[in-house]
Amino acid sequence: MTLREIKEILQAQVLAGEEFLDRQPSCACGSDLLSDVLAFTKENSVLLTGLTNPQVIRTAEMSDIIGIIFVRGKKPDNYTVELATIKKIPLLATHLPMYESCGKLYLQGLKGCSEV
Amino acid sequence: MEEDKVLVEIEREIVGGDFQSAGDVSGELKKVLQQVGFPPSFNRRVVIAAYEAEMNVVIHAYRGIFATEIYEDRVHIEVDDQGPGIPDLELAFQEGYSTAPPHIREMGFGAGYGLSNMKKCSDHLEIDTRIGEGTKVVMDFFLNPEK
Ligand SMILES: Nc1ncnc2c1ncn2[C@@H]1O[C@H](COP(=O)(O)OP(=O)(O)O)[C@@H](O)[C@H]1O
Ligand SMILES: [Mg+2]
Repeated sequence: MTLREIKEILQAQVLAGEEFLDRQPSCACGSDLLSDVLAFTKENSVLLTGLTNPQVIRTAEMSDIIGIIFVRGKKPDNYTVELATIKKIPLLATHLPMYESCGKLYLQGLKGCSEV
Repeated sequence: MEEDKVLVEIEREIVGGDFQSAGDVSGELKKVLQQVGFPPSFNRRVVIAAYEAEMNVVIHAYRGIFATEIYEDRVHIEVDDQGPGIPDLELAFQEGYSTAPPHIREMGFGAGYGLSNMKKCSDHLEIDTRIGEGTKVVMDFFLNPEK
């Protein structure tokens, strides 16, 4: 599944990194705990989160996360979007809450990070 | 005999409480490691451990110096801070233990996994801490850990 397909499934808006939507995550992680993300995600994953501060982008950078999806209508500020653009990390935003977002992607075959 | 020559040295300052720049140093390290040409999986564990150490200075200390030496087959990192020190190291290493205040937790940090993750990601970890003075974290990463 590509980020572009994720965008369709979650009816998401692209906030940054439109040119990277062909990326294909190998798994996904849904979390609002950045230490958990650092400890338990695998490389090449996509992150679903309700956090929108710049450290989310940093955490993604350090963990080789290839895209971030902000859930339940949350949007980061300009600085955070700019940082993601610099770090080449695409940002999507969906109005769906965390559970529904994860569930829809999982139903379409996107595995969790502990399953790959 | 094989030479053990430093390829790149980085020394940067970390400022406590500066959440805007927090991660700059580890991000720079990631770039350098990629340029040196280490495999991504190696870079990932070095950078994650570096970032946890950098964040601990930003969150828990006042300021620190982050120093890295990159060799052909290993990376050495020292993060030396001025701060409150860690009164009970064994407790601090327990997963889930954190003294981070609420505003840090709101940012998504303070889950208490940092030290244990640094241990997991590195091949050698040493912490020297003095109450009321500061904490020094030393980590080594070997390209071929079994050697
Ligand atoms: N550099 C440091 N200076 C002072 N205290 C620290 C430092 N690093 C860690 N600690 C203490 O150890 C605890 C556990 O650290 P860690 O496992 O990284 O979890 P977290 O940072 O999420 O609290 C911290 O909550 C803090 O009390
Ligand atoms: Mg920590």
